Amino acid sequence: MSELALRDEILLQVEKPARYIGNEVNAVIKDKSQVDIRVAMCFPDVYEIGMSHLGIQILYDMFNRFDDVWCERVYSPWVDLDKKMREEKNIPLFVLESQEPVRDMDFLAITIQYEMCYTNILQVLDLSRIPLRAKDRSWEHPIVIGGGPCVYNPEPIAAFFDIFYIGEGETRYRELLNLYKEYRKQEKSREEFLRAAAKIPGMYVPRFYKVEYNEDGTIQSMLPTEEGIPERIVKEVEMDVSHTYYPEKPVVPFIKVTQDRVVLEIQRGCIRGCRFCQAGQIYRPVRERDLDMLKRYALAMLRNTGHEEISLSSLSSSDYSRLPELIDFLIEKCGEKKINISLPSLRIDAFSLDVMGKVQDIKKSSLTFAPEAGSQRLRNVINKGLTEESILQGAALAFQGGWTRVKLYFMLGLPTETEEDIKGIAELANKIAAVFFETVPKDKRTNGKVQIVASTSFFIPKPFTPFQWAPMCTKEEFLEKAYATRSAIKQQLNQKSIKYNWHEADISVLEGVFARGDRKIADVIELAYKKGCIFDAWSEFFKGDVWMEAFEELGIDMAFYTTRKRELDEIFPWDFLDCGVNKEFLKREWKKALEETVSPNCRAGCQGCGANRFGGGVCFENTGKGYGNGNEGKD
Amino acid sequence: MKVRIKFAKSGAMRFIGHLDIMRYFQKAIRRADIDVAYSEGFSPHQIMSFASPLGVGLTSNGEYLDIEVKTHAGAEDMKQRLNKVMVGGMEILNVTMLKEDAKNAMASVAAAEYTVRFRQGYEPGFDWPDRLMEFYHSPSIIVAKKTKKSEMTLDLKPFIYRLSLLGKGGTAPAVRMLVNASSSGNVKPGLVMEAFLRANGEELSPFALEIIREDTYADVGKEGEPHFVPLDAIGMEF
Ligand code: SF4
Repeated sequence: MSELALRDEILLQVEKPARYIGNEVNAVIKDKSQVDIRVAMCFPDVYEIGMSHLGIQILYDMFNRFDDVWCERVYSPWVDLDKKMREEKNIPLFVLESQEPVRDMDFLAITIQYEMCYTNILQVLDLSRIPLRAKDRSWEHPIVIGGGPCVYNPEPIAAFFDIFYIGEGETRYRELLNLYKEYRKQEKSREEFLRAAAKIPGMYVPRFYKVEYNEDGTIQSMLPTEEGIPERIVKEVEMDVSHTYYPEKPVVPFIKVTQDRVVLEIQRGCIRGCRFCQAGQIYRPVRERDLDMLKRYALAMLRNTGHEEISLSSLSSSDYSRLPELIDFLIEKCGEKKINISLPSLRIDAFSLDVMGKVQDIKKSSLTFAPEAGSQRLRNVINKGLTEESILQGAALAFQGGWTRVKLYFMLGLPTETEEDIKGIAELANKIAAVFFETVPKDKRTNGKVQIVASTSFFIPKPFTPFQWAPMCTKEEFLEKAYATRSAIKQQLNQKSIKYNWHEADISVLEGVFARGDRKIADVIELAYKKGCIFDAWSEFFKGDVWMEAFEELGIDMAFYTTRKRELDEIFPWDFLDCGVNKEFLKREWKKALEETVSPNCRAGCQGCGANRFGGGVCFENTGKGYGNGNEGKD
Repeated sequence: MKVRIKFAKSGAMRFIGHLDIMRYFQKAIRRADIDVAYSEGFSPHQIMSFASPLGVGLTSNGEYLDIEVKTHAGAEDMKQRLNKVMVGGMEILNVTMLKEDAKNAMASVAAAEYTVRFRQGYEPGFDWPDRLMEFYHSPSIIVAKKTKKSEMTLDLKPFIYRLSLLGKGGTAPAVRMLVNASSSGNVKPGLVMEAFLRANGEELSPFALEIIREDTYADVGKEGEPHFVPLDAIGMEF
């Protein structure tokens, strides 16, 4: 076993030393003299969060299947260790498997899942002794490469990265690694390597692009600085999701993590096209995994991990066409071994209630509805095809089946939202409670009363969604809306059965800046980090006032990024990326939203978003040829 | 059938706490495909009993857990299956069978034996190997014991069953002690060492000691006449 990077004194003083020692079941140990490339795979948040992320497990498995590569993991040291490492100054951040410094790796690959981890990216670089800015690095430092959903607008953090990998990791890493080996062997410069990397599909190397701004601060142009560097970068997609990398032996942590279970990704993408949802656009087209593959992997992963629970993962799982067969299979196999099945994101109907009744303890579990908006009008605007009728029907069925707890998710601040829509949230919650009292007679209310928890988050417009043009609310508007929701709930007849939670407003505003930010935001992130901001996704560590200070000192106006009205022809910072759906489609959807018109989902009627060019998935399901020629959805 | 598993914990695993070791074994038993018995109810769990929680930072050559199995292919097979799914620093030492009426591991614990060393740089300022036995042979070893409400004094002496010096004159002398580890009178080896240093006018720093639990014992003697045997001595081969 390798020596630990941290002394016993330190490990015994920090909370949960298991975060830093590696050695977990299925962690991959290789002989470093036998590999050519070392990769540090990083999730810039605490171990328990990072270890729960499927994408990293997939890439970790893929890299380690390559004989010439050793991929190891690194997460953000928690605040207690962070403090010690800064005090002691002689402990560089290390990877878990070999316990060797991150700085000695060839690549530092960072998955960027949410905007609020940006200061943690700087923490990881800083504690690794890697210069924060890509321009200050040399061959003494790893190539820092970013991936994940946030790279669909990488500009606010572009200065910190050597490369961004746009899209799904399964397809192009091998090519990039080969290039790296070749260039290192030929003793080429780092710059030369990056230049060549920029020509591999899906790779965005920020240093080879120059942004010109208009006087009003919007973008005039973003162009390559050299011949041969592509003007547009198309996202990478793994079209054959049934014959590609997937871990058979995921790493099993010692401590309890957020996802302490086998995770089976049944499909990628979503057919629904909710207009606020970025995932629903950037993962197009929907690709289902083969049922046999899923069965095989489910059994192998359970055997190799010993986990007592398996969870299906995807957006809108109910849309997976072989779901009943898969669930029957799991119920049969898991029953023998006392393995729990967890089924997130199922649409509530007779089928799902039947299944949930079989796999969950009804007394302990709750029903989840995500109407996202309180009125049918606003649900039409956001294209959330969930009607009040179907919610109430689902709730009635569930209450008859013994459920008594309901969770409702809404967003506040959606485009066109009015007071009526907000009242609708309270009224819907009230109607659900009323359904309970109507359907369950007094003597049958064995599990106590009905409990309804309504939660609201604040709407943040995201790139590559039809709402990318939408102005965002100010913090004050957000809070007003939350208070209005609260008082509307208080006025309901069944208010005693309804609990209301809302999300923090200032974190949402900052997230809004990052989501649609440009290159100028990098300075703010660096300054805020230097002033002590870190773990911003954790409300107990979020320092809103310090962030405000940083914006002020640099003279950057948050409102430019959040509340400003954007014209239809504005060039966005992310427009040089091509996520598969084209801007014309997004514009059409934005207009339809304002007209309160819904669009059918991919299976009910192709909207010609452009993702059919990848040549597979849902776009080719019925006809065998891509029916999305771009005309169907035009008005 | 009740089965007792003896294991060693070393290396980096010393930083994995007791609750996580329990979770680790539940998963390991599944990976090893052992036909383990589960409790009844909506969320069944493996029927499992650990002898004595080992503190974070300690290593051990004698930890125990009992499980219940429905079918098996012999002790050797079970040991091999388990060892195949262990991580570095965890080793199954032996597997034995218990009589149906045997007390479970936790209830059986009476004593534990430890080897204690000073880490480099943390050795006491006085010539401690020469003073150790004098300390042990003093008629009483009084320590302060803080409870939530009050501070009491306690005589450790009756709870220390054996104490000796290992490697006298060598480069890394150590203390070996057999102390009470039962639920009612558990003595931590650090407490004994703290008393030893205090008796010599020094304070024990919190990271000074490297502690190995050598084995865990049951008392099979009569009232007033203890006879300590390792917990696996109660089990039988199968
Ligand atoms: S091209 Fe049509 S079917 Fe394919 S993802 Fe786009 S809207 Fe859906």
